[in-house]
Amino acid sequence: MAKLNIKKMNKNFRGQLITYAMVIIAFVVMQILIASGSVSYLLQGLMVPLCIYSIVAVGLNLCVGYLGELSLGHAGFMCVGAFSSAFFTKCMLNTGMNETVRFLLALVIGTLTAALFGYLIGIPVLRLRGDYLAIVTLAFGEIIKNVINVLYIGRDSRGFHFSMKDATALGLEEDGEVIVNGAKGIMRIPSQSTFLIGVILLLIALFICFQLVNSRSGRAIMAIRDNRIAAESVGINITGYKLLAFTISAAIAGAGGVLYAHNLATLTAQPANFGYNMSIMILVFVVLGGMGSFRGSVIAAVLLTMIPEILRGLADYRMLIYSIILIAMMLFNWSPKFVAFRQAQMEKLFGKKKKEAV
Amino acid sequence: MSFLSYLINGLSLGSIYAIIALGYTMVYGIAKMLNFAHGDVIMIGCYVVFTMTNSFHLDPLASLGIAIVFCTVLGVCIEKIAYRPLRGANALAVLITAIGVSYFLQNLALIVFGSDTKSFTSIIEAEPLVLAGGKLKIPVITIVTVLSCVVIMAALMLFINKSKAGQAMLAVSEDRDAAQLMGVNVNNTISLTFAIGSGLAAIAGVLLCSAYPTLSPYTGAMPGIKAFTAAVFGGIGSIPGAFIGGILLGVIEIMGRAYISSQLSDAIVFAVLIIVLLVKPTGILGRPIQEKV
Repeated sequence: MAKLNIKKMNKNFRGQLITYAMVIIAFVVMQILIASGSVSYLLQGLMVPLCIYSIVAVGLNLCVGYLGELSLGHAGFMCVGAFSSAFFTKCMLNTGMNETVRFLLALVIGTLTAALFGYLIGIPVLRLRGDYLAIVTLAFGEIIKNVINVLYIGRDSRGFHFSMKDATALGLEEDGEVIVNGAKGIMRIPSQSTFLIGVILLLIALFICFQLVNSRSGRAIMAIRDNRIAAESVGINITGYKLLAFTISAAIAGAGGVLYAHNLATLTAQPANFGYNMSIMILVFVVLGGMGSFRGSVIAAVLLTMIPEILRGLADYRMLIYSIILIAMMLFNWSPKFVAFRQAQMEKLFGKKKKEAV
Repeated sequence: MSFLSYLINGLSLGSIYAIIALGYTMVYGIAKMLNFAHGDVIMIGCYVVFTMTNSFHLDPLASLGIAIVFCTVLGVCIEKIAYRPLRGANALAVLITAIGVSYFLQNLALIVFGSDTKSFTSIIEAEPLVLAGGKLKIPVITIVTVLSCVVIMAALMLFINKSKAGQAMLAVSEDRDAAQLMGVNVNNTISLTFAIGSGLAAIAGVLLCSAYPTLSPYTGAMPGIKAFTAAVFGGIGSIPGAFIGGILLGVIEIMGRAYISSQLSDAIVFAVLIIVLLVKPTGILGRPIQEKV
C-alpha cells in the first residue's frame, strides 16, 4: 500500500491540503467554542457571512489573480444568485418538497443563473481591457441591482405575473401572492444557511478553483494573464478560456449569494449589500490576501470581517480605525521601500540571501 | 418647454459631473491611478462650506475660498501620505489604498459631523430667471454651474497648454521616466495635479450641494462613481473627454429620469456607457491602446 508521504508530495497539492485543513480546523475550533458558550451571540451571527465573503473572495480571486482582469461587479452576480434562488424557494414553499432537497435545488439554480449571467456579460465585457473592463463590470453590477429594485413578480391561480411598475400593476387575483416586491425585495425566506453548509460550500469552491488552476485550462488562463499575445500565438483560445474563468468566478459568487439569501429572512437589493461597495469590499479581501492565493483570500476575508466586530467596543471609531489599518497594511505590504526594508531585516535575521531568480 | 427645462437641468448636472471628472482624469493621466477618494474630497469640501456659513456666519464666497484651500491641502496630504509610498507598486494595491482613504474620509466625517443629513443652503440666493412668459424658469445656480464649468475648462486647457507647469504635466503623463530625465520634478508635478483636482472637487461639491441641498458623509460617493464613469465615457486621461463625458452623462441621466423611468435612471446611464465602450473601447476621445509584442 502506498504510504501518505507529505514530503514527497507535489508542492501544489500540499498547499491545497494545508488550505483545506486550515478551514476544517477553524470550523472545528469555532464549533467547540460555540458549544462551550464562550462566543458572543453577535459573533455567532457572523459565521455564515464569514463563509459567504470567503466564498465570493475565492471566486473573485480566480478572476483577478489568475485571469488578471479586475472585476468590480461581483456583487451583481451575488445579487443574481441570491434573488433567483430565493425566488425558487418561495415558489416551492407550499408544495411539500423536502427542505434539504429544496435548498440544494435552490443552490444549483442560484449558481447556474449567476453562471449564465457571467457568461452573457462576459462575451461583450472581456473584449475590453484594464480599467475599461473594470468600469463596465461595475456598470453591469449597478444595472442588475437597479433592475431588481423595480421588478415585481407575483403568482396567482392563473400563473406568474411580471411588472416593472408596481405591485398593483400585476393585477393579481385574490388568492395571489407578490413574490418579488420591487425595492422591498423578497420577504419571509426560510433561513436555511448554517455555518456547516457555509464551510462545506467554501471547501467545494476551494476544490473547484484548485482543480481548475492546476489543470491544463488553468495553465492556459495564467498564460493569457502573463502575456496575451504570446498565449494567442501558441494557439490558446483566448476568448474561450477567459469566458471559462469569468463564468466559474461568477458562479461561485452566485453560490455565495444563495447562502446570503437564505441567511436573512428578507432579501433586498440595497447599495449596502449588492452595490459596488460590496464588490470593492470583496476585492479588498482578494488584494490584501494576495492575488493568486486562495488561502490568502480566505484568511483576509475572515480577519477583515472580524476586525470591525472586535473593535465594536470602540463604537463610532471602529470603521475609522478599520480604514487606517487597511491603509497601513497596504503600505506595509506593497510599498517598494517597505518591501526592501523587510527583505533587509530578513537577511539580518537568517543571515543568508535568497537566491536571485535568473 | 418641458424638454428645454430638462435639457438645462441635464446641462447643469452634467457640468458638475464634468468638473469632478476633470479631477479623476487628470490624476489618472498623470499618476496612472484611480483616485477612489476623490468623491469624498467633494463631501469634505461641502462640510467645510457648511460649517463656515452656519457656525462662523461667513460670507458664502469667502467660505468657498476656504473650502478650496482646505481641499487642495487635503488632496496634497493624501497623495503624500497614502499614494506616494506606493509609487511603482502594483496598480491594484494603489487602488485598494485609495479605497481605504475613501473609507477614512467618510468615517471621519461621520464622527465629526454626525450621520444625520444636513440641509445645505445654496450659496446663491436669487430669483430664478423667467423666460418665455413664465413657461421656462431657470434657477440662477444652474446658470452659475454651467458657466463655471466652461470657465474652469477653458482655464485648465490654457494652463496645461501654455504654462511651464502644465507642459510638465503633459510630459509626465506622456512618459514619466523620460520627463524625469529632462529635468521635470515628477513628485512636484503629481502633487500639483492632486492640488488642482482637489480644489476643483471643492467647487464641484458646493455646486452639487447648492443644486441638490442634502449633505451627509455619503454625499460624495455616488456622484464620484458617476463622474468616474463620465471620465471613462469620454476617454480617461483626456481633459476635453471628461468635459464631453460629463455633460453627456448628466443630460442622459435627466432625460432618462424624465422620459423613461425615474427609478431606472442609473441603469440607463450605465447601459449607455456599456454600449459606448463596446463600440469604442477606449471612450469617446480616448487614444487606442498600443500593444507591443
